[in-house]
Amino acid sequence: MNDNNHDEPGHVVPYKMYVRVLVALLILTVTTVWVAQYDFGVMNVVVAMVIASIKAMLVALFFMHLKYENPLTWGYAIFPLILLTLLIGMLFLDNPFRVS
Amino acid sequence: MNSQTGELAGPPHVHHMDARTAYGAAKLGMWLFLGTEVLLFGGLFAAFAVYRWKYLGEFTHASKHLDWRLGGLNTAVLLVSSFFAAVAVDAAQHNDNKKVVRNLAITIGCGLLFLVIKYIEYSGKYHHGLFPGTAEWNSPEFNESYKCFFGLYFAMTGLHALHVIVGMIVLGWVLSLARKNRFSRKYYTPVEVGALYWHLVDIIWIYLFPLLYLVA
Amino acid sequence: MAESATGEKLNYLNHERGLWSWLTTIDHKRIGLMYLFAMTIFFFVAGILALCMRLELFHPGPDIMTAETYNVFFTLHGTIMIFLFIVPGIPATMGNFLIPLMIGAKDVAFPRLNLLSYYLYLIGAVLALVALVKPVGPEFFSNFLTWLGLTGPVDTGWTFYAPYSLESGTAVVWMTFAAFILGFSSILTGLNFIVTIHKLRAPGMTWFRLPVFIWASYATAIIQTLATPVVGISLLLIILERVMGIGIFNPKLGGDPVLFEHFFWFYSHPVVYIMVLPAFGIVGEIIPVFSRKPLFGYKMVCYASLAIAFVGFFIWAHHMFVAGISDKSAIYFSIATFGVAIPTAIKVFNWVSTMYKGSIRLETPMLYAMSFVFIFLIAGTTGVYLATLATDVFYHDTYFVVAHFHYTIQGGAVIGLIAALHFWYPKITGKMYNDKVARSAWFLVFVGFNLTFLPQFVLGMQGMPRRYFDYLPMFEPMHQLSTIGAFINGAGYSLALLNLFYCAFFGKERAPSNPFESHSLEWQTQSPPIHENFEETPVVTDWPYSYGVPVEGGGHH
Repeated sequence: MNDNNHDEPGHVVPYKMYVRVLVALLILTVTTVWVAQYDFGVMNVVVAMVIASIKAMLVALFFMHLKYENPLTWGYAIFPLILLTLLIGMLFLDNPFRVS
Repeated sequence: MNSQTGELAGPPHVHHMDARTAYGAAKLGMWLFLGTEVLLFGGLFAAFAVYRWKYLGEFTHASKHLDWRLGGLNTAVLLVSSFFAAVAVDAAQHNDNKKVVRNLAITIGCGLLFLVIKYIEYSGKYHHGLFPGTAEWNSPEFNESYKCFFGLYFAMTGLHALHVIVGMIVLGWVLSLARKNRFSRKYYTPVEVGALYWHLVDIIWIYLFPLLYLVA
Repeated sequence: MAESATGEKLNYLNHERGLWSWLTTIDHKRIGLMYLFAMTIFFFVAGILALCMRLELFHPGPDIMTAETYNVFFTLHGTIMIFLFIVPGIPATMGNFLIPLMIGAKDVAFPRLNLLSYYLYLIGAVLALVALVKPVGPEFFSNFLTWLGLTGPVDTGWTFYAPYSLESGTAVVWMTFAAFILGFSSILTGLNFIVTIHKLRAPGMTWFRLPVFIWASYATAIIQTLATPVVGISLLLIILERVMGIGIFNPKLGGDPVLFEHFFWFYSHPVVYIMVLPAFGIVGEIIPVFSRKPLFGYKMVCYASLAIAFVGFFIWAHHMFVAGISDKSAIYFSIATFGVAIPTAIKVFNWVSTMYKGSIRLETPMLYAMSFVFIFLIAGTTGVYLATLATDVFYHDTYFVVAHFHYTIQGGAVIGLIAALHFWYPKITGKMYNDKVARSAWFLVFVGFNLTFLPQFVLGMQGMPRRYFDYLPMFEPMHQLSTIGAFINGAGYSLALLNLFYCAFFGKERAPSNPFESHSLEWQTQSPPIHENFEETPVVTDWPYSYGVPVEGGGHH
């Protein structure tokens, strides 16, 4: 399943990469606190979720080595998110349109 | 040729799986488990989304009772812990069991610090009567949409804290293996799999922090 | 060939002996049998509850129980049948036994995790039994039980709908926690199977050489792994609401009970496919063997399994058409539900086409498989009425629904499991069952089943609501037919399973390694298989359905 032919079963990432990712994560945390002072109306939650998703992607891609994983792992990393989107999406096809 | 095998036969059927297959299997298994965790918390996120839409004003107001400084501090603590979990894998990949022990010890320490800060927050809520079961909570004046917000807050952060504790136990077990010099660049499956779990706990908090403390 | 001390050929049943060797085993075959043993007990317990209810319904008015007892009985019947019997069901028994054998592996990917799944299942079962305790005895003791939340058997129905499940004075916390633990067990089993099928296939066992049972089990495992957590969190929230007084689903505290139904059915609709997909797989294995023809449209059958699992996630709210959901979502869910008919119909079409012009042998497994196709056709077509918005308003919560889902679950999953038990019986036990008894049992099951549930369609159309312990006199004849059918059905299952148990322990007739002349891998090893499954790692060169020419090493047929 792995495409590298070294002795190591998994992928070795340069140490510096981890440091850079940590710095980026901390900066993004400060950013999300900082932008929360401004009111963008309905966009507040969107901005916060976009920043959170960038952080989550950084953790997944580099700390969790998803970047170096095979398509199968990608599939099982993404499918639950599709299901969650489906669940939340359908709740919003129901709740706002109910006849009270 | 009738049956599925025909005439051919392979080597004696003894080994369960070779080392590389075992490593891939363990990682795939953990990713699947993380998928179940995403959907477990996903139910809570879905409920939060619906009620935030339903009680937007009240949620915004209720969320002001949470201290974003403590929440932000905890975010940083968990990110740092995640970093050390990642470099614990790196250390194992370089045959350095001592560094695995050190890095995991820091990770677990950060987890403990996270729980201490969480405890301070919880006890603050308790003193302000924003905790289920207190007299204020049960009084009829307590706004029901407040109850919804804080109910979700305690359910989400409580379940998350439970995962932090489980993660600390798992990493503690990995640490004990590292102290026995079990890991090398050829075999470090428990470090990697344990770290994967810890990173997911971190990712959940990455979403909880802005949702509960900042934009609600 | 290695032999045991008593001179028998060594196999997985006799290479170790004693109760302890079973309780600590990590052999997938033994774990499968332990599940089968526990599940059979629960099947009979829940079956007896059903017969008691049918007896009560023989005449209008209270006969043998009060309305409250009836509520407890249907709750326990549903909870035990669903959570303790049919959800672990075929995957935990036949899946555990067959998956490694069929793909040419030694065991599942995580054998210890597999044993953990089993013990979680047992813990869940024990919790569910503890939840039956009523506060009795001296005052301090009954107070203690009340303090523990053991306030009597649950009366909410197996669905635990809010808000009643938040207010019922019964041991809801214990029962929901039991279901949570059972869900955990189910997740770990599914996860184990997915990894096993990906990583442990024998050399040459490509995806399109896999038996369709493996494809069905794979699709099932995806649902087990990814749908279960959502019901897990909703059950946890029920517990939190009851224990801590927070309001997520309770309308009195600002919650929305319909949200619970969304979460519940997000799991519990796909769970129907956990029950019935493996049965599809079993029927797909049995029909080619007894028709001596290659499985028609093999690839379509494989893809259809995945499609059912996938589409199954998108249609849950068709259980909620009268719960007050918005018209927009009701229309979407109705249309999407029709979509699941396509892959299901593909399967039925392919089974029937496999039999067409085949050389059909009406052995007992084949009789069950053909009954399955017949019954499932009725189950599927009556489902269309319930997926249609206008008709569902009328049929909802009537006996029509009861009949429909028993046609799906009992006529589908349970009959599929019984078919599998007969078909793989020689492989599991190394013996042959008594064929005459097995055939008579099949006849009783088939006649009894249809006699029980066909009248219930009529009752539903006449407006008989489900879960009522009393009814108008006009419903009496149909209820009586149904009750008579239920007892015939129960006698059939008892006879079938007694036959299997008796022949396993006292049967004299040894089974050859491949009595039904199947081509798939599990039949190429001895019966019962050795502990390691195969003497040598099999190298696969063909798909399992190239029937039409005689096979070497066959049995007495």
